[in-house]
Amino acid sequence: MKWDWSAVGDFMPHFWDGLLVTLQALVLGSVISFALGLVWALLMRVPTRWVRWPVGVVTEFIRNTPLLVQLFFLFYVLPEWNITFSALTTGVVAIGLHYSTYTMQVYRAGIEGVPPGQWEAATALNLPLRRTWTAVILPQAIRRVVPALGNYVISMLKDTPLLMVITVLEMLGEARLYSQQHFQFTEPLTVIGVAFILISYPASLLMRALERRLVR
Amino acid sequence: MSADTNPLKDLSNPPVDGSELIRFDKVTKRFGGNTVLDGLDFRVDSGKHVTLIGPSGSGKTTILRLLMTLTKPDEGTITVAGQQLFPAPEKQIREVRKNIGMVFQQFNLFPNMSVLRNITEAPVTVLGLPKDEAEQRARELLDLVGLADKADSYPSRLSGGQQQRVAIARALAMRPQVLLLDEVTSALDPELVAGVLDVLRDIARTTDITMLCVTHEMNFARDISDQVLMFDAGHVIESGPPEKIFGEPEHDRTREFLSAVL
Repeated sequence: MKWDWSAVGDFMPHFWDGLLVTLQALVLGSVISFALGLVWALLMRVPTRWVRWPVGVVTEFIRNTPLLVQLFFLFYVLPEWNITFSALTTGVVAIGLHYSTYTMQVYRAGIEGVPPGQWEAATALNLPLRRTWTAVILPQAIRRVVPALGNYVISMLKDTPLLMVITVLEMLGEARLYSQQHFQFTEPLTVIGVAFILISYPASLLMRALERRLVR
Repeated sequence: MSADTNPLKDLSNPPVDGSELIRFDKVTKRFGGNTVLDGLDFRVDSGKHVTLIGPSGSGKTTILRLLMTLTKPDEGTITVAGQQLFPAPEKQIREVRKNIGMVFQQFNLFPNMSVLRNITEAPVTVLGLPKDEAEQRARELLDLVGLADKADSYPSRLSGGQQQRVAIARALAMRPQVLLLDEVTSALDPELVAGVLDVLRDIARTTDITMLCVTHEMNFARDISDQVLMFDAGHVIESGPPEKIFGEPEHDRTREFLSAVL
């Protein structure tokens, strides 16, 4: 095996394209999973069992089936019902949905971690329920869970190569395409491997710093 | 502080006329198999300062929590200012609750808000007070509890005693008719207790807010109370003016209790 720097140079334009797609998927997937996870967590606290029960079943199902299967399902089965999205959109939705079933548990722990005295003080001040949530409970709960949510962002980053199987040209997709066209595997795969660690390791350091600052 | 600048002057609303304000009829509260209050009858006239004393677990705190609607009775009715608090529809409960403020043992300030916003949050969102008016009132109250310079601090920066004084200001900002004080000095370091009690003495002396106080500070109870109720095992076993309860208690349990805590 020999290392060919010119192959690295040739691959770089494709790499930047792939990196852009990876980051898009990561950011949008994160946003969806943060928002949807909060919705699930709040729905699980609704007094009516007829809300909690279906939400519980659906999220349990999504959490306990592989993301890869969900990707295939959304990409190949939904079009049969005439629901068609672009590959990237499908991938972002799948990742966001899948991870929302994890972030909901993070939010739940954060909400349950707010001391009962906070609820009692809100009641004593006659704050409406909605205001109690938005001004008292959620700000405290979310502050606590930011580091845990950050860890899921790093997990999501490492799951983005799965999008390759539904034809999204993120970093791994670009690397594979280049390799197959030029029969050079080492250089592109090494480049994206380095790219992953250059993103995820500083990110995990950032999370640890955030944890020290926010969780007291 | 002269009377006309006292921000507490017009706090209590409507004016006190000495009529019956709080009424418990045959109130029973159980936790699991444990009956904490057993068919309790109990009333408080407006403007009075009533202290509940008695051994731990005798149901004193439960009375305050029932009034604040933090928990519901299993039997009986509770009436505040002629309006039923339990049983009652949610809308009526909210209406009655406007008249009641509470200060907790553990302060329960909102750690995500500045001291000032802790105090203005409810007046703005519940009473619909304009923000600058609410802040003006909050600063006056902070001045009253001796923390005028802490308006922009966060609760975690304050000592327990300071936090509790902010909590008192927060409760007063809603201009309650009734102030419930639930062992407000029990979580404080001994050297911080006096500052909080002084603030409460001040409020008791200069306002006509009805106060219902659970405390183990017997000197404080003697100072501020019009009436002292001695609780034991979910019943009021003795009640009367502080001179009587502390001076010549009738009941053996009261004597035992007082000799243990004094």
